[in-house]
Amino acid sequence: MNGAPLPDHMIIAPILVPLVAGAIMLFYNDSNRQTKMLIGLAAVGLTFLVSVELLADVKSATERGGTVVGLYRLGDWPVPVGIVLVLDRLSAMMVMLTALLAAPSLIYAAAGWHGKGQHYHSMFQFLLAGVNGAFLTGDLFNLFVFFEVMLAASYGVMLHGSGPERIKTGLHYIAINLAASLLFLIGVALVYGTTGTLNMADIARALSRLDGADRPLFHAAASFLGLAFLIKAAIWPVCFWLPPTYAAASPPAAAIMAIMTKVGVYVILRLSLLVLGPDAGVSAGFGAPALMIGGIVTMGFGMIGILGAPELGRKGGYLAIISSGTVLAAVGFAQAGGGALMLGGALYYLVGSTAAISAFFLIAEPVSRGDGGDDAPQEPPDPLRERWAPMGLDTVEDTSAPASERTVSWLTMAICFALVASMLAGLPPLPGFIGKLAILRGAMQDNLGPAGEFPAILWAYLAMLILSGLGALIALMRFGIRRFWANEAPAPRILALEVVPVVLLLAMIALQTLRAEALLNYTHATAIALLEPGTYRDAVLAQAQDVRAAPTQNIVPDLPRDGQEAAP
Amino acid sequence: MEVILALAIGVLVGSGVWLMLRPRSYQVIVGLCLLAYGVNLFIFAMGRLYIGAAPIMPKGGFIDPAAYADPLPQSLVLTAIVISFATTALFLVVMIAARGVTGTDHVDGKERNQS
Repeated sequence: MNGAPLPDHMIIAPILVPLVAGAIMLFYNDSNRQTKMLIGLAAVGLTFLVSVELLADVKSATERGGTVVGLYRLGDWPVPVGIVLVLDRLSAMMVMLTALLAAPSLIYAAAGWHGKGQHYHSMFQFLLAGVNGAFLTGDLFNLFVFFEVMLAASYGVMLHGSGPERIKTGLHYIAINLAASLLFLIGVALVYGTTGTLNMADIARALSRLDGADRPLFHAAASFLGLAFLIKAAIWPVCFWLPPTYAAASPPAAAIMAIMTKVGVYVILRLSLLVLGPDAGVSAGFGAPALMIGGIVTMGFGMIGILGAPELGRKGGYLAIISSGTVLAAVGFAQAGGGALMLGGALYYLVGSTAAISAFFLIAEPVSRGDGGDDAPQEPPDPLRERWAPMGLDTVEDTSAPASERTVSWLTMAICFALVASMLAGLPPLPGFIGKLAILRGAMQDNLGPAGEFPAILWAYLAMLILSGLGALIALMRFGIRRFWANEAPAPRILALEVVPVVLLLAMIALQTLRAEALLNYTHATAIALLEPGTYRDAVLAQAQDVRAAPTQNIVPDLPRDGQEAAP
Repeated sequence: MEVILALAIGVLVGSGVWLMLRPRSYQVIVGLCLLAYGVNLFIFAMGRLYIGAAPIMPKGGFIDPAAYADPLPQSLVLTAIVISFATTALFLVVMIAARGVTGTDHVDGKERNQS
């Protein structure tokens, strides 16, 4: 179109492909689950290929020293007026991570879970569309819309399989997300009221012109938005919804919902560094202390939770909380000037830990199958079935057989569990360890004063980083010993289809270990780019006229609308 | 007008929050609805208040921007209404299902004095 280094229309593909795939599936009868799964896998594969291409483009653009940011104007409206999709290193990485987590979750669903309710595959694809949209959009209200697409699909995915436990926790999950969405809307309205724009890059620019009366209002807006995203990212004290919800969701649903907490983290990362970053003048570093302290307390809360929770599913929820807390605190430090090395390490950790948590949710159900304390409600007791029969809730047909009947040995499960657990505990040489080491090294290198002084809050963070790993290690070891060594009962039947996805995720983690340097370089460059929000702003606003700069009376009479569309 | 609008938003949000913290699921959903109304009015107010001003320019271009209302918050409110309406309807379905499954309308699925 305009000779930009990035292929323009490819940026929107990660949103359109799952959306169209999910819609096509609706034309098939819901009992054709194998067909739907194949469509879903094809869509995820296509999204993955697109994300590889996008990532390669972003990387080569950086190497050429050109623009780092890809821009897609929806409807070709000029920038501050129309909605834009923005592609940079961070969003390309997150889109790729989503595709990588989606495929194992889909394969796992083929073992039988997708037969336990209606339209699982369509909702799954809509969820992916919402997640990818949230990663790619450059407009605050558009972000809200994609958030709602993602959340609406996640309600369905979370309730998939039905049963009393899911409905009870689903009620809480939906209520808290509706409330969070309303907070989000208040924040959006305040941002528009003070800055007069909803384009993220434009907000950052308008911020420098805010007068004294508007600035507190803008800070209130940032707080409202931050609260809404932090609820999604599960920071303490607004994380109590997470463990029961993720434990009650079916394993493939929980595995893909692992990326949803990271959507909240992503938005915090994006907005706090872009809008309230180091070059924001008076507002620089607003909210950083909350992120630092909140993140550290969250890690502590997650550590206590994982030690105390009896069920494996809940342990998984607390692991997700620890992972969120780690990255959120690192964002806070980066916002306060903690340096790019540390943030790069945290981004590396984010990729690895999200994959590991996803694998953990997939492995949690087979491993605790037939274990007394497990509450996985696959076969609800009969008295309840009678009670919800009038509600039409027991009409869930489960006719589709698993795609493959092959089974695997209990030993395979044990090995997979050990690998996932050591990854989450941060044992070398897995990425959990490398990521934490990179954070530690970055924190030491960039923040050690000339006389050897070191901020106390950083000490607390580093201590918590190690302690939370230790907590996870103790809790998971204890479970593993009880379940795999001290258990005399006959091993449950595990389908190969339930292990293959875990092996796939482990292979991804292994690749991340082997190519650690390449990925660390990438995340480091990402962190540097995030800490220089000027590049992002300039790229988005390159062709934008600043409407607010001119006094209202002097605006040149605009062309009629049809003429304006033809002009560029 | 400002005072009336501010009071309306305040009353809606205040009663919405109070109802949302109640233990019955029906109270929660009414609270969420009231909260959504308050928020929608608030978005509307963020585009500044105009009386008798249309949000759409006539064909032919600008005449006097001061004579027109800000169209953006109106479209935002429209989107927000649709989305909160749809998600509230979905919440209602789950609420009815929870009532059927647990046999109580307490949000925790059991009465407080029940173990």
